[in-house]
Amino acid sequence: MITEHFPILLIVVPLTSALSTPLIGTLNKKYCWYTAIFSISLSLFMSLYILNAVMHTGRISYWLGNWEPPYGIEYAIDYLNSYVLVIVTFIALAVTIYSKWSVEKELPEKTVLFYTVYLLLITGLLGITITGDIFNLYVFLEITSLSAYTLVAIGKKRNALVASYNYAILGTISATFILIAIGYLYMVTGTLNMADLSTKLPPLYDSKVVLTALAFFMAGFSIKVALFPLHVWLPDAYTHAPSVVSAILAATSTKVAAYAMIRVMFTVFSPEFIIVRVNITHILSWIAAFAIIVGSVLAIAQVDIKKMLAYSSVAQIGYIMLGIGLSTKLSVTGGILHILNHALMKATLFLVAGAVIYKTGIRNIEEYRGLRREMPLTMLAFTIAALSMIGVPGTVGFVSKWYLLLGALHEGKWVFALVLILSSLLMLVYFWRVIENIYFPKMHVAVAMDGGDKKKELPYTMLVPILILALLCIALGILAFIPLKIVGMISQMLVG
Amino acid sequence: MEIVSIKPLLAILVSLVGSGLIIASSRNPNLREGWTILISLAKFAIVASMVPTVLSGNKMVYTLIELFPGIEIKFRADAFGVFFAVTASFLWIITSLYSIGYMRSLNEHSQTRYFAAFAIALSATIGIAFAANLVTLFMFYELLTLVTFPLVTHKDTPEARQAGRKYLAYLLGTSIAFQLFAIVLTYTFAGTLEFSEGGILRGAAPPLVLTLIYFLFIAGFAKAAIMPLHSWLPTAMIAPTPVSALLHAVAVVKAGVFSILRIIFYIYGVDLMSSLNLGILTAYFVSFTIIVASLFALTQDNLKLRLAYSTISQLSYVILGAALLTTSGMIGGIMHIAVHAFSKITLFFCAGSIYVASHKTNISELSGIGKKMPLTMLAFTVGSLSMVGVPPVAGFISKWYLLLGSAEAHNMLLIIVLLSSSLLNAAYFFPIVCKAFFEEPAETFDGEEIKEAPLFVVIPLILTAIGSIILFFYPQPFLRIAYVVVQNVIGG
Amino acid sequence: MIEFILGKYNYWIYIILMMIGFYAMIAKNNLVKKIIGMNIFQTAVFLFYISIGDVKGGTAPIVWEGMEKVIYVNPVPHVLILTAIVVAVSTTAVTLAVVIRIYEEFGTIEEDRILEALED
Repeated sequence: MITEHFPILLIVVPLTSALSTPLIGTLNKKYCWYTAIFSISLSLFMSLYILNAVMHTGRISYWLGNWEPPYGIEYAIDYLNSYVLVIVTFIALAVTIYSKWSVEKELPEKTVLFYTVYLLLITGLLGITITGDIFNLYVFLEITSLSAYTLVAIGKKRNALVASYNYAILGTISATFILIAIGYLYMVTGTLNMADLSTKLPPLYDSKVVLTALAFFMAGFSIKVALFPLHVWLPDAYTHAPSVVSAILAATSTKVAAYAMIRVMFTVFSPEFIIVRVNITHILSWIAAFAIIVGSVLAIAQVDIKKMLAYSSVAQIGYIMLGIGLSTKLSVTGGILHILNHALMKATLFLVAGAVIYKTGIRNIEEYRGLRREMPLTMLAFTIAALSMIGVPGTVGFVSKWYLLLGALHEGKWVFALVLILSSLLMLVYFWRVIENIYFPKMHVAVAMDGGDKKKELPYTMLVPILILALLCIALGILAFIPLKIVGMISQMLVG
Repeated sequence: MEIVSIKPLLAILVSLVGSGLIIASSRNPNLREGWTILISLAKFAIVASMVPTVLSGNKMVYTLIELFPGIEIKFRADAFGVFFAVTASFLWIITSLYSIGYMRSLNEHSQTRYFAAFAIALSATIGIAFAANLVTLFMFYELLTLVTFPLVTHKDTPEARQAGRKYLAYLLGTSIAFQLFAIVLTYTFAGTLEFSEGGILRGAAPPLVLTLIYFLFIAGFAKAAIMPLHSWLPTAMIAPTPVSALLHAVAVVKAGVFSILRIIFYIYGVDLMSSLNLGILTAYFVSFTIIVASLFALTQDNLKLRLAYSTISQLSYVILGAALLTTSGMIGGIMHIAVHAFSKITLFFCAGSIYVASHKTNISELSGIGKKMPLTMLAFTVGSLSMVGVPPVAGFISKWYLLLGSAEAHNMLLIIVLLSSSLLNAAYFFPIVCKAFFEEPAETFDGEEIKEAPLFVVIPLILTAIGSIILFFYPQPFLRIAYVVVQNVIGG
Repeated sequence: MIEFILGKYNYWIYIILMMIGFYAMIAKNNLVKKIIGMNIFQTAVFLFYISIGDVKGGTAPIVWEGMEKVIYVNPVPHVLILTAIVVAVSTTAVTLAVVIRIYEEFGTIEEDRILEALED
């Protein structure tokens, strides 16, 4: 059956389409978009199928070339990564649909190039998520990073080049740290398979080598997920990258890095090791708390909408990491759920920011004045996503915040609860500034009748993904039990 | 007994759906206003039909959806909720009429947005009234803040923008910072958020923690405008007068005190409140607001601002009554929700009527206006009498019960507070009445001819004034519900 | 002590090289020098991998009949590092390309001048 091979096809389909895009592009560069849509839709379908299969039968193990692990590379899919796979493919599809006009306008000469690298990025992200082999993870990590550097560098302004360069330098440091860590683990265990590592490591927990490996892993992944204070590459990269790239990076790439970090912490090492023995989670939760506060405060100081959203991402990554760091069932549920929720919210916000640039060229928050009249539906989507970020009940932001709060208080860790509350207030400040601008007219003009203005909404391929994402911000906030069903299983698996 | 019934949900949905109809018919103002009236009547009908059920001691519950394990969006129409819902939905009918007259005479902009937001605001208010647990309450509480924001900033001027910012910072800010925190703490300790007679927190946590959570709740419901979290209310007076009338004298502010009463009665419970001495503490705390807000009111020349400070003071009456934890005190507090609503809405309607007819907002300009607008000022007099607590107007009833309650609690100090605040009320309302009726019109009046406002404006304010008087002679419908509430709370 | 230092000299070299590279990546002002630092940094890790694959007295891992008893070095790290070398080359290529574009745009590859140009 072909369905057995879905795990590898999930990688092969976007990879082959990435490689064939330059050829297709020579025929007609418009075909690139269709290729991307086609292959990512297929990936989404396959990842949904895999999710369904995992929900019913449990862990799936796929042996590449039929080589038995730990000798061959294994693609191992459990609750956690099937969940992340669906998020990545879904967001990628939404962003790809949106990309058609945006790319045409922002990068008219580089369309073919863009889609080639973009598909490579998706391949890398899916690869990191699906693989059960730690060295394979490194390779996919580098595929992702190299595509990301390139995509950032494509940005129109010259700042993009500097941002890309800095991103590349820090990214390489991070990847090399991870490589070193893998080397240390291989040195003491002689295996690269994650499942195999997790059985071989426990007797070696007293070894300094294992401890060093953990330290290198944590440092490396902290850069990749942009955990404060190693976030410095992120704001510039997100700000100056093309709109589509900012959206996909913010919504998926840091999430996948966070996934990789969780995978290493909980599968390669064990909860017992990281929570009880080394207690690295305790440090992580404090760093995350700082990330939340500092990210939010810096976001308030920004006037460029994309930069504001980027700093907000720094804070939001703190949410995910706080959930993991507190490592109770409730907080992990909140953290893992926030991977999905933040992906939805941030994708919406970045896509709207891109749409505004597409339509009007405006990036400055102060110039958002009166945009409601020009792009009512787009601005509605922004408002929904922003309210969700603030954590208004009935939206996804509320659900994850609720679980994080509950997790913090359950442990009696009031400080973290206060941090969460404070960050909500800070978010209220910087998002409301934008909302207020959107809904107030340019100057005081008494408009006699409603609806008399000329509307300049977006083309449908841009508007529909934005609206669907915004709608999901509400729908999954009210029907939260749907994602919680799988997230509950994940947190049970990780810390239960 | 709990009856599963969809009525509470319908009462909320009717105006939510209705707002869609209002927006859809934005091109046809007459049809649009027709919808508003129709929806408000339908809403009142649904709410009123629940009265017999709750009077017989039953309550209606309806679970909409389980958000996530343990947290449901659930409605429960008990006597207390119905009491508030009846008040709000009845006054919405009258306010709708008034809004039509007011908005059209002033030829205001964005009327569709106004009426649509109003309808959703009422949905949120009823949602607060019928919420069965704290999360549902929180949800509608936030919705109410957000949806009244465009109403507060209706003028679209920089001042309105500033006011809106303050409005939001106070209401959304405190609810996230304190209320949400308190809710999560409650859930952590009690394991449930369901309102229940007798409370859910008894013995759940050490007394100190419970006291802390209590004050987080009090601070979290800034809509109740207890000092020092009151200053959003005077600022919000920049809104059109019907908004100030219904929302900032009835729906929004009463939602705040209603929520606090929910906390006192159904989360803490009377026993726990008295064993922690929280009741008497709260009573003293709000006494401060009662007196100081009245003093502030004395110094205001802007009529709406004076009314706003009076509202702040009167809201604390409700909490004071509940905090007495005696039967009469609680009845007085609950009754005051309705009584103050009728009287204060009359006063605001009058302020709006004066503005429509003469574009005057300051008290110092009102000399002799009673001769030009006798009906309006007569209604104003009735409202003032009610505020002071003079028979035969409804204000007397709640004040009587409040005094009775204080006496039952053997607290001389609170009696003094109530009496002196009545004197203060008289001191800031009667001069307006005297000025309007007995002073000669100032010369600024000469240029223009001032006459009564349009019928759509005058009729509603006469209705509410008459309502205030009727409530004195025939308070039974409200009083009986209030009795049921108190019986449940004490008996449970 | 001497034993500890000399006995594991390969690891010490790897650490020293790594630190040199790391320092260059962080502290150098010239963008190309940073890339050179990056290469040193990565190469150090390659040496580390080769070291861990080594077995004392081991020979090349080519096995044929009758040779089962011969000690040979672990081939897996070599394979891994081949991949890592490819990755490192690609990274160098991408970053150099970016540097060329930066030079075209700014007319310099000194970081402080670029930052100055950006602030204007």
